[in-house]
Amino acid sequence: MPIIKKPSRLVTRRSALKGLAVGTGAVAAAGTLPGFVRYSQAQSSEPIRIGFQVHRTGIGAAYGRWYDRTTQAATKAINDAGGINGRPVEIIAEDDGTDPKRGAEVVEKFASQHNCDLAFGTLFSHVVFGSAPRAGELKIPYFVVSEGHHVASGKLNRYTLQPGITDVKSQVQAMAPFVSDNLGKKVTMIYPDFAFGHDHRDYFSAALEQQGGEVIAKIAIPPTESSFTKYFPKIPRDTEVIYHVMVGPAVLTFVKEMGEFYGPNKPEIFGFIDSLEAVDMASPGLEFLEGSYFWEGNPRYAQKDQSTYDKDYRAAVGVDDNGASVSDPKDVSTYSHMFGCWETLYTIKDGMEAAGYKGPEDRTKLIEAVESITDIPHSAEHPQGAKIFNGKTHQVFGHQYISKVKDGKLELAHTTSIEDTLYDDEVDYTTQPF
Amino acid sequence: MDLGPYLLLASLEGAVAAAVLALTAVGLSLVFGVMRVVNVAHGEFFMLGAVLAWWFASLVAGHPAFGFVLALICAPLIAAVIAAAADYFVLKRLNYDPEATIVATIGLLYIIQQTVLMTYGPDARPVEAPFNARIYLPWFGYSTYKFFVIGAAIVLLIGVWIMLTKTRIGLVLRASQLDSEMALAFGIKVDQVYAMVFGLGAGLAAMAAVLVVPIQQAHYLMGGDPLLLSFIVVIIGGLGSIAGTVVAAILIGMSDGIISVFFSPTLAKIIATLLVAFVLIFRPTGLFGKRSI
Repeated sequence: MPIIKKPSRLVTRRSALKGLAVGTGAVAAAGTLPGFVRYSQAQSSEPIRIGFQVHRTGIGAAYGRWYDRTTQAATKAINDAGGINGRPVEIIAEDDGTDPKRGAEVVEKFASQHNCDLAFGTLFSHVVFGSAPRAGELKIPYFVVSEGHHVASGKLNRYTLQPGITDVKSQVQAMAPFVSDNLGKKVTMIYPDFAFGHDHRDYFSAALEQQGGEVIAKIAIPPTESSFTKYFPKIPRDTEVIYHVMVGPAVLTFVKEMGEFYGPNKPEIFGFIDSLEAVDMASPGLEFLEGSYFWEGNPRYAQKDQSTYDKDYRAAVGVDDNGASVSDPKDVSTYSHMFGCWETLYTIKDGMEAAGYKGPEDRTKLIEAVESITDIPHSAEHPQGAKIFNGKTHQVFGHQYISKVKDGKLELAHTTSIEDTLYDDEVDYTTQPF
Repeated sequence: MDLGPYLLLASLEGAVAAAVLALTAVGLSLVFGVMRVVNVAHGEFFMLGAVLAWWFASLVAGHPAFGFVLALICAPLIAAVIAAAADYFVLKRLNYDPEATIVATIGLLYIIQQTVLMTYGPDARPVEAPFNARIYLPWFGYSTYKFFVIGAAIVLLIGVWIMLTKTRIGLVLRASQLDSEMALAFGIKVDQVYAMVFGLGAGLAAMAAVLVVPIQQAHYLMGGDPLLLSFIVVIIGGLGSIAGTVVAAILIGMSDGIISVFFSPTLAKIIATLLVAFVLIFRPTGLFGKRSI
């Protein structure tokens, strides 16, 4: 009988000790890693990859910096609470240079190179316009935080949604009653000469007419302009209110030169805070704005009746009561816009959880789930306020704030209702095929 | 607004634009005249001046005038030193070959721009004007600082002119411009002259930027417009002609101011560009340029 030598199955003392040491080490390590154990229940612990299209350079850079901080803070908060469907969220950020062509390339990179589940984050309307068609072609959900009216206007596609920030049309429309009741009926508008400015021009003129007011002059300024005095003579003398909305690096010059031009005999001034996002209200020249009014998406200065949600959100992102970075009081946030990143990420979370999202094959389910969202309550996830999402137009609607400049700070003067911001649907994306 | 005050405002705006433009363009023209180098990075030296001005102004506490004066002295100096170094380490190695120097200065443009982006960041930052009194005219107010810009630019341009025509340095510069080989034969250290001219050109651009930065803000992309306008001015005035450059700067600056106020800024740019095209067709050497030998 041949002797078969069996391979030894006996465990030696040495290997047993080794295995034991590695095993306990791993368990101990897992215990110390925050959130590690919680993901272990999920079918897949692969992270959900969110492509973050961010304006790190170009004219949108200040917004980009704060969009990034808010996004990182929201991601941390979501991951600390167990992630989405038990999976961690991973942000893959790419700079689009605030450039539409680069924007489309970035979306393409997210879809084909980084294997992202979706793309998110863009602010500037021309970048959204440049990128959204590509997102539609690549069939990757594209959640923008842009406040342009392009989503709800029907010009984009079923893959593009804006659930975290209201659009210009509703913002502007909600301002008209306040302006005509409190400031004056004859308005001169000064706005940048591209889509965003044209939205202001068209929707505010129409809304003001409904209130019995009139826009008596419309002054379009090229977005690259660096000197503004030459435009001010075009403001008619009988102007009661100057309505200004400027963006880009030259906004301080704009206000300063307006101050030099008018001095103390100024008309009432109503502006969109876009003109001064990321700009310290104590900057030289801005004292001219004392007593003027601003639209704010979310009050920059912590108000007396600040909600606990706002307080917690401020702390999570690292913003102090004056709207500046806690680490550098000169680094002022883009408080009226960046909450959109926080809220959009939570809406993505809700959508993915409702859709039972597992991977890119469920992208259409995610879009359908978000489309079916309607009421969004004021909460830690939505610190700016309650909102109503319109699944047909892919656009969210919410409260708008009007603040007055008092002692160099912005003090909340009026909060609009959500109803003030609603308008008739211009599109039904849900009828479009995927 | 009535036509009179309207025209006054337009002329004032035009004069400020012309003053800044003349300083910037003279720098570009000087470099081309003496070295035959088309400095595409000229606008970036302008930007560097503005960014350095912000930095110096933020170093000094107290009255904004102290920081401004410090910036007015130091920012152009630093820009000049960087430019002279670029001349020594890059342009000289290319033997000032016209095509190669264009490519090299394009490279320089990106290096400066991106370095500023990485260090100073993408924000536009204000510099407080040394004084900011407002003149009350019956029709509109105007900043006194803008008059200072016009005055300072005139003084600086007269200084450059005196230096070129009355001093030994100017003589050496003109000699190198007329015939660099002959100048070399007469013992003029042409390399040093070239480094100095390149530095001077950059310094003038930086100086213009320091003057303008309390009106505008320092931003890493601000070099594009001055470069384009300087080229327009230098082409209209005649490449290498200082007098032509100043005249063209006044022409372009004033017409830009007046056309922008009465019609639109876009039209002003269109007309300036059209003027360049006509000058190139009918008088390729520019209004004041001499035919090269």
